[in-house]
Amino acid sequence: MHSQKEILSTINMIDNQHLDVRTITMGISLLDCASDSVEITAKKIYEKITRLAKDLVKTGEDIEKEFGIPIVNKRISVTPIALVAAACKETDYTPIAVALDEAAKKCGVNFIGGFSALVHKGMTKADENLINSIPSALASTERVCSSVSVASTKAGINMDAVALMGKIIKKTADMTGEQHGFGCAKLVVFANAVEDNPFMAGAFHGVGEAECVINVGVSGPGVVHHALKKCKGQPFDVVAETIKKTAFKITRMGQLVASEASRRLGVPSGIVDLSLAPTPEKGDSVARILEEMGLEACGTHGTTAALALLNDAVKKGGVMASNHVGGLSGAFIPVSEDEGMIEAALKNSLTLDKLEAMTCVCSVGLDMIAVPGDTSASTISAIIADESAIGVVNTKTTAVRIIPAVGMKVGDMVEFGGLLGSAPVMPVHEFSSENFVLRGGRIPAPMHSLKN
Amino acid sequence: MKAIVTVIGKDTTGIIAAVCTLLAENKINILDISQTVMEGFFTMTMLIDMKECVVPFAEISEKLSAKGEEMNLSIRVQREDIFDKMHRI
Repeated sequence: MHSQKEILSTINMIDNQHLDVRTITMGISLLDCASDSVEITAKKIYEKITRLAKDLVKTGEDIEKEFGIPIVNKRISVTPIALVAAACKETDYTPIAVALDEAAKKCGVNFIGGFSALVHKGMTKADENLINSIPSALASTERVCSSVSVASTKAGINMDAVALMGKIIKKTADMTGEQHGFGCAKLVVFANAVEDNPFMAGAFHGVGEAECVINVGVSGPGVVHHALKKCKGQPFDVVAETIKKTAFKITRMGQLVASEASRRLGVPSGIVDLSLAPTPEKGDSVARILEEMGLEACGTHGTTAALALLNDAVKKGGVMASNHVGGLSGAFIPVSEDEGMIEAALKNSLTLDKLEAMTCVCSVGLDMIAVPGDTSASTISAIIADESAIGVVNTKTTAVRIIPAVGMKVGDMVEFGGLLGSAPVMPVHEFSSENFVLRGGRIPAPMHSLKN
Repeated sequence: MKAIVTVIGKDTTGIIAAVCTLLAENKINILDISQTVMEGFFTMTMLIDMKECVVPFAEISEKLSAKGEEMNLSIRVQREDIFDKMHRI
């Protein structure tokens, strides 16, 4: 039998350190739902999702009960809709988003991702249609998430798409203006998008994936923070080792849940995403881990190095614990979803520029950041271009999920509620990037040799 | 299927008796018990075998947690696998 110490340490992680499985996400291919009519496509999509995912939530809940581990979210990701809807004669894909929303509600999942287009090299007609449908799709649905891939290390940065996304984000914010631009919290712009990400809002089921898979995202910033409290003043070697050991335990649990869910649903297990995903709850913050390493406030000098260590150690610890690793894997830094980040931003220790630097070494990018409602489309595009450049040059995934908070100015707080938390409106640079964004075209893919 | 029962809370008379009776009533065999009392704080972990048990796991879990509430204790049951995976390679 296990020692009492081991048993109690696991229970303590769950009860007091917010250990949980953040999401079980079922990836479903919708390629066979294509037709020449939006209405028929939407109907086929609804039918397929509700058939394949009908037991997803119940299975998740059963596993929660038997293993005593909370599974916070059950979600669905689907084939990028621009591909599925390409044969449709209509140009507005909003009805498909509505069908996705209804399917999500029927299955009981809280988010469904994949109202997406992959345009890192160029845009098809269908891609353009989809992107232009995003504002109305997000305004008329509750649970649908959208993402657009605008850059990749192999293709460079599609600056026409970057320019368009600045406008789309503004329009989405305006159409959900009553909720201060909440629609933008469900919209991600990617560089080097991954096909098997279980986390929202950027999840979609890539074309290289199987018919239906189960991907699992683990979490546990609180557990890592707690473990680090025990090595105060110790050298970084000890810090890295402690994070690795903790990440191993967290991920083993995630792998167990993934295997169990896959077996019970009769669906192959895809990947485990080794992530530290914070929530707005106290004691579940990535910022507090960085501060535990000796920083007075997240965002001060040393933050990037601390995050680099954390991100790397989480992966090293998690890799051995799971059969297949994928998704975004690493530490997330969504400002509004992290109690420590919110506090650091409020006291001006954490700025947009520092966050950009941090995205060079963490798993994703500028995430859940509120900026003033009057920020121009070209400034948002330029922020996307900067973030894409970091991803493209460093061969990593980066993303931008930015919310122009309609009617709000720097220092105001935007409340999103639930897991999405609340964010202080952060200042952007006041100088224009208009002429830069207007150029359009494509920034070429970078060199892969002569690396300096 | 093997599972671990954990009982945590303030020490009082009859904790083990109450838990064991509930398990026995549901044809659950106890394989091992480990128990400590520190400064009046009671902690017990039990390894149980549920192969004879015909009641669904979720129901046992609810019964145990209800018994816990009745006695002002935290009682839970979890499948053994989670501890295996987390603490053994």
